[in-house]
Amino acid sequence: MSIDKSMNVLIVDDYKTMLRIIRNLLKQIEFHNVEEASDGAEALSKLRSGSFGLVISDWNMAPMTGLQLLQEVRADAKLKGMPFIMITAESKTENVVAAKQAGVSNYIVKPFNAETLRDKIEKVLGHA
Amino acid sequence: MHENPPGWNGRDADPFTPELTERLAAIRARQPDAEPELVAEVVRAVLTTMSGDLTAKEMSLLSEVEELGRTIAIAKQEIAALKVDDITDAHIPFATDELDAIVQHTASATHNILTSCETLDEVAGSLSGETAAKLQDATTRIYEACSFQDITGQRITKVVGTLKTIEAKVAQIVNAFGEHSGAQSAVVAAPASEADLLNGPQLPHHAMDQSDIDKLLASFE
Repeated sequence: MSIDKSMNVLIVDDYKTMLRIIRNLLKQIEFHNVEEASDGAEALSKLRSGSFGLVISDWNMAPMTGLQLLQEVRADAKLKGMPFIMITAESKTENVVAAKQAGVSNYIVKPFNAETLRDKIEKVLGHA
Repeated sequence: MHENPPGWNGRDADPFTPELTERLAAIRARQPDAEPELVAEVVRAVLTTMSGDLTAKEMSLLSEVEELGRTIAIAKQEIAALKVDDITDAHIPFATDELDAIVQHTASATHNILTSCETLDEVAGSLSGETAAKLQDATTRIYEACSFQDITGQRITKVVGTLKTIEAKVAQIVNAFGEHSGAQSAVVAAPASEADLLNGPQLPHHAMDQSDIDKLLASFE
């Protein structure tokens, strides 16, 4: 199944360096339309006012965490089907379970490699 | 009216002199939750005012009370010798400043590495064939490696949090036993439910790797 790589991708992280790394890795796999947000609240605002095909979000951010963002997205009639990948250093079983119960599409633990990122994006968008 | 001390057998009349009884009542009225300093004061008062023949049980009780008084005095001396003010005013702030500096320096270094890597990426884009592929593969590895800065930043934040907890606990101990008696530290509020989940990076021997997480996610399917 071919993936539309011209879609807008929203990446969310409070570490500017991580945003830059993910943006560059996405660029290398031909996703060129990337927007950034530094926390869940800014991301939610951008999602509601824009048109995105994928969200890649960190978890541990303030004032709105990645989990809260995911819950808001799944509760929003217009956004609830949005593919949502969590990329986080939180790697305990209870974290993965909580994210899955909130409706995460896939979960990547930091530090991650480019191959894992590409693989998860293809799986998520392949099922979208 | 005071309560009889432990081990008191009621053999004789009230063992406390009216003076001591009055003093104990005043202390109890002034401070219902007795501080160690007050306990020591009571011990001293008991030892200096009891008189008359004592039974073996009473002698044992007195010995225990005396030992308790000595233990409290030694604990106070040891806490004073710790120079707790140095810990809270100098050592911990110094350590947290050093850790903050590490985060800033690594962030700056990572920024420079990423800038150079982006330049190499542009060069790779202008090339073709095997050379371009090799160059891009190298920049990919550099991007991956640079994510260390996020992980180390989170780890250091956890260490800073631990230092601050130690600082608060030390202050609590000093308030309870040291020279600055009376003040009590605020009770730490229980974390919210999501806060319980936010533990940051795990040490390698505690962490789940990506394959563990994939298996866990697959178990939901």
